[in-house]
Amino acid sequence: MMDILFYVFSAVAIGGALGVVLAKSPVGSLLFMVTTLASLAGTFVLLEAHFLAAIQVIVYAGAIMVLFLFVIMLLNLGHDYVQDLRGGAFGVASFAVIGLMAGLLSRQLSGPGTPTSGEGGAAIDAAIAEHGVVGAIAEPLYTTYVVPFEITGILLLVAIVGAIVLAKRKVD
Amino acid sequence: MINEALVLSAILFVIGTFGVLVRRNAIIMFLAIELQLNAVNLAFVAFSRVVGIEGQVFVFFVMTVAAAEAAVGLAIIISIFRHYETVNVNNFNLLKW
Repeated sequence: MMDILFYVFSAVAIGGALGVVLAKSPVGSLLFMVTTLASLAGTFVLLEAHFLAAIQVIVYAGAIMVLFLFVIMLLNLGHDYVQDLRGGAFGVASFAVIGLMAGLLSRQLSGPGTPTSGEGGAAIDAAIAEHGVVGAIAEPLYTTYVVPFEITGILLLVAIVGAIVLAKRKVD
Repeated sequence: MINEALVLSAILFVIGTFGVLVRRNAIIMFLAIELQLNAVNLAFVAFSRVVGIEGQVFVFFVMTVAAAEAAVGLAIIISIFRHYETVNVNNFNLLKW
């Protein structure tokens, strides 16, 4: 059952990703991206990362994608499509990308690949049983990784100030 | 399921790379970069089943940095649009050799 769900989510995610790259209008691209993000949230749930799945939907699909949509509407880009998948550069990029994909997949599927078993899953399940779904990720976040967490706050402040300074109109 | 998640992550990352390389609309290139970040997030979550909860903590940080990057990047795109009246990167050739 879990495997079937995983394959369904994977298929939707890949289809959405292709839609992002191939859609004609930026708004269409954006909606395909939301599809991809939602199905990735589904795969997160199947991998026992429930809190991250919720954050993925709320922050990524809900906030960042709406920010993109605001910019598209602000700049009135909804309907100006210039043909930009073209010519020689397109062919070269396609071949390079297909080669890269074939290399990555063959390495993971046939050769030694990366290790896919360890005690991490059992540790996470134990942490969820002890602290709950949110507590399992909050406990290391506020103890071991508290300094990076605080620096993240400074980064967000810098991003807010930078975005306002860059985007505001010059007052003469 | 971890192996399949890593394969999905690789496919999504490569599609994102393809998008950045072939699209000339700055906003769609930006969306493709977000797609790459999400592929890496999926790999992190899959590896958290191998090495422990740290993978999920790093995904948290990646999402924060992605939000900051989206805000600043879109502000730069707005600022460029005011100057050139387009978001097609072929027109941004001031620094081109």
